[in-house]
Amino acid sequence: MRLYGKYFMIHLKSIMEYKTSFFFTCLGQFLVSFNVFLGVYFMFQRFSHVEGFTYNEVLLCFSITLMEFSLAEAFARGFDLFPSMIRQGEFDRIMVRPRNEIFQVLGAHIEFTRIGRFLQAIVMFIWGFSVSNVHWTLPKILTVILMIAGGSVVFSGLFLLYASICFFTLEGLEFMNIFTDGAREYGKYPVCIYGKHILFLCTFVVPYALIQYYPLLYVLGRGKTYYALLPVAACLFLFPCLLFWKIGVRHYTSCGS
Amino acid sequence: MIKVEHVCKTYKVSKRNAGFSSALKALFHKEYELIHALDDVSFTISEGEMVGYIGPNGAGKSSTIKILSGILTPEEGICQIDGLTPWKNRIQHVKNIGVVFGQRTQLWWDVPVLDSFELLKEIYRIDPLTYRRNLEHLSHMLNLSELLKTPVRQLSLGQRMRCEIAASLLHNPKILFLDEPTIGLDAVSKLAVRDFILQLNKEKNITVILTTHDMQDIEALTNRVILIGKGKVLLDGTLEDIRKDFDSTEEALAQFYRSHQI
Repeated sequence: MRLYGKYFMIHLKSIMEYKTSFFFTCLGQFLVSFNVFLGVYFMFQRFSHVEGFTYNEVLLCFSITLMEFSLAEAFARGFDLFPSMIRQGEFDRIMVRPRNEIFQVLGAHIEFTRIGRFLQAIVMFIWGFSVSNVHWTLPKILTVILMIAGGSVVFSGLFLLYASICFFTLEGLEFMNIFTDGAREYGKYPVCIYGKHILFLCTFVVPYALIQYYPLLYVLGRGKTYYALLPVAACLFLFPCLLFWKIGVRHYTSCGS
Repeated sequence: MIKVEHVCKTYKVSKRNAGFSSALKALFHKEYELIHALDDVSFTISEGEMVGYIGPNGAGKSSTIKILSGILTPEEGICQIDGLTPWKNRIQHVKNIGVVFGQRTQLWWDVPVLDSFELLKEIYRIDPLTYRRNLEHLSHMLNLSELLKTPVRQLSLGQRMRCEIAASLLHNPKILFLDEPTIGLDAVSKLAVRDFILQLNKEKNITVILTTHDMQDIEALTNRVILIGKGKVLLDGTLEDIRKDFDSTEEALAQFYRSHQI
């Protein structure tokens, strides 16, 4: 943990070298998410609710998903950039250091600019929080925190999976973006609106529903109590990802000097 | 100390002709060719030895270094370094080695060199006393005191290389791998680096394995040379064995490559 603190400080020092660039990237991130938010807003000007969810409820859902995603993107950025880490031999360097590889990849890149996106999510959440008709209790607030934590884990798992594929192809695969960026976009709305089959996939294959739809139902007072704990179950998704990574490392072929 | 026996490593390389139509064809049906980067390589190196590992481009030098340093897993063969197998006991093994890749940096680009060193101290869990002593010693020998506060991106190549070497030695490794450490350096920096390595070997009895294309590096540093070509060890001996009657080592080596068609 102390080492991670060191990594963190080095990244902080690095971005201070490029203040303007940092500021504008943050702003850009904020505006991009703001656009998406506008989309949702205008849609609800025409329709008062989607599949029984009101505008405010969708706002909560969207902001939580966005928080999960931006946290994962900020801290698991190394896996997102993994193809270039392999190409530039950064991963070779990681392999000759006496620490866990995953930990080092996490430390190699921390993306502070995602703070822009995160801020946008927080603003939306606060708004949704204040205008929704939810009767907020401690368990519900804890559930939201659990959702954010579990969601960051699931998205990080997806990034890890994406990185592991690079061991075999040495290139990133764009189709994996369906699961990361795509999920962020579709995650605006509770997963159930996409139909039964998608909901099934999102429960048992890639557990989006466990970090979004089900606990949200609980928070809105419409779900069973155990729904609140499903984000913990979603973390199990990390294990197959880790296994795949382990296999990948053994397959690693590096690239010419 | 280092024992390598019958190590083989094969790469699958995709092949296609230039041009759009063959690129299109390759999209559906890729043809692979197996490249034997290392083909039954064996050697032993004892403690405190300095060995030059030479060969033409693509001979398998880097692959060997990567296997010895635990980056790659070979298909076949045994490799024992200090009783450890690099790719199986990676974390234990890499505590004892230092690696310098001449063409890549291990320092953080945007922060002063000292910050990178502090991070390495944390990564290798070097205790503060050892760290301070090593840092003082290294910055004295490599003349770093002026450089430590400069961001890496503002260093010249020669300055950076001195810092790279220091960075690989902070944790007192027993073995040092140098992959083309003098590539692109000017005469003064080259001499400084060579002198330092010689002194290091004398003082700490550190084992050095050096790959290079610069024959003067080899002449200045090592007695023993392992020559590899097409993944096979072609010669394991002294520089004299290669040089024979030629005036310069360079010519002798070129002649040697030609006669082996590598």
